[in-house]
Amino acid sequence: MTNALATALKPSRRLSLEWLGVAPFVIFAVMFLILPTLYLIGTAFIGRDGQLTLENIGGLFTGQILAAYWISIRISGASAILGALIGLAIALAIIRGRLPAPLRSAVMTFSGVASNFAGVPLAFAFISTLGRLGLVTIILKTLFDIDIYRAGFNILSFWGLTLTYLYFQIPLMVLLIAPAVDGLKKEWSEAAQTLGASTWQFWRYVGLPIIWPSFLGTLSLLFANAFGAIATAYALTGSSLNIVPILLYAQIRGDALQNPGLGAALALGMIAITAFANIVYLVISARAERWMR
Amino acid sequence: MKQSKFWAWVIFGLGAAYFIVPLVATFEFSLKMRRGHYSFDSYASVFSDPAFQATFGYSTLVGLFAILVGVLIVVPAVYFVRLRLPHLRPLMEFVTLLPLIIPAIVLVYGYIRLYNSSSLLPFTGSALGTDILLVFGYVTLALPYMYRAVDTGMRTIDIKTLTEAAQIMGASTATIIARIILPNILVAVLSGAFLTFAIVIGEFTIASLLNRPAFGPYLQNVGANRAYEPSALAIISFIITWGAMGMINVLGRFAPRTSARTD
Repeated sequence: MTNALATALKPSRRLSLEWLGVAPFVIFAVMFLILPTLYLIGTAFIGRDGQLTLENIGGLFTGQILAAYWISIRISGASAILGALIGLAIALAIIRGRLPAPLRSAVMTFSGVASNFAGVPLAFAFISTLGRLGLVTIILKTLFDIDIYRAGFNILSFWGLTLTYLYFQIPLMVLLIAPAVDGLKKEWSEAAQTLGASTWQFWRYVGLPIIWPSFLGTLSLLFANAFGAIATAYALTGSSLNIVPILLYAQIRGDALQNPGLGAALALGMIAITAFANIVYLVISARAERWMR
Repeated sequence: MKQSKFWAWVIFGLGAAYFIVPLVATFEFSLKMRRGHYSFDSYASVFSDPAFQATFGYSTLVGLFAILVGVLIVVPAVYFVRLRLPHLRPLMEFVTLLPLIIPAIVLVYGYIRLYNSSSLLPFTGSALGTDILLVFGYVTLALPYMYRAVDTGMRTIDIKTLTEAAQIMGASTATIIARIILPNILVAVLSGAFLTFAIVIGEFTIASLLNRPAFGPYLQNVGANRAYEPSALAIISFIITWGAMGMINVLGRFAPRTSARTD
């Protein structure tokens, strides 16, 4: 009798145990990931009088804020596109270019390090390199008589920041695209060659169409990666460069926009843009995975 | 085909130059503190700075707690989802991707608004509460990496057979997770831990906006006020990142490669 009872009770007890094991994760995710985000999104739609309003969202469409979004999108876009192209070129070179094998693992290891070497120290490194007293700036000036600052370059500018972001964007691309490049089987290029295809034809009709989805997907991930980054830009430029994360940072620090609802709307805009980029990534990578099998 | 090898070398060379020159330049700059000749003065200055020691120690401690909390919430959840609640997997994958979609600055803004001193859970009302909030923030930042590391680790071992065998011997579920599963995925957990550490140690945004005396805000402050110390700190940070990533590579060699199932 007790045995029968025990077996009858067992499934339900085990079920509660399972949920007990998952519960900390679920509670954590709700409290520190989902609720704070939803709360901010909600705040974006509430005016100073506590009523529902679209005023905050409308407030985004003013000169300074639109300009900030536009610069952010341009920097993220430029660093993502260049990072993706250069990263793909490097991945192709080390994987298909028949370079010595140790070189490949060295590049992959270095990519793991460099893709995590972001934030404030990265800004320091680029100031030491391309700042007014940076090594490259001075070498170009003394040896080649090229004054890049007189030529209009500035590490605190659009191109300066893009060049700096590439330092973590390129390695991230190498890490993420390497499996796709690996997936290009040697037999395919041999088969194409046997059928009389030129190298160009192989890439045009076989190689690139296969890599393309992974390339686009990773591109959108790189975009989101740069769009949310703030530490590098802040350490490089202080608050002088008007990009969205720095604007939001100033708003949180000292209510720079004089309206908390507008700050929340700014955050909502950031989530909308990075979410869009990531949805593109998820959709495309799901399609790309079919090729990898 | 000879041509393709030539271009591969050219691309590799250009890439290597782009990545190595800033490191060389930073190192060279960090040696220039003493006029006229190279010295390690800037490093001595950094290491003897009490603020360096205090903030580095603080961030290390916060990082260790973040690793601990991360392991405690992720390992049981992945275990039960893999073993008994497989239908929850897509949801978990999605939730652990969210920190890549929601920028850290947005996340911390939400924390500040939601857990302010007049709310139900006034985390930011006290120093200790803010420390705890910082730890949780870092757990969230590292969640995508910790989850993937642990999930990969559990895929390579046969948790079903291990669990059944332990149950037959009379082990409780807590014992199974702590003494059977965890040791078997230790390499994966440690990889996640080192990655967490690499992300957390110099993190600026969350620490700065929560006003905690962490290493990231200290770096930023030195950068705004000193000339040579920042480049020394950049080299030190690079070595720390290199160390954490190197540990993951070394650990990877010890990962179990035998598996009963291949899914």
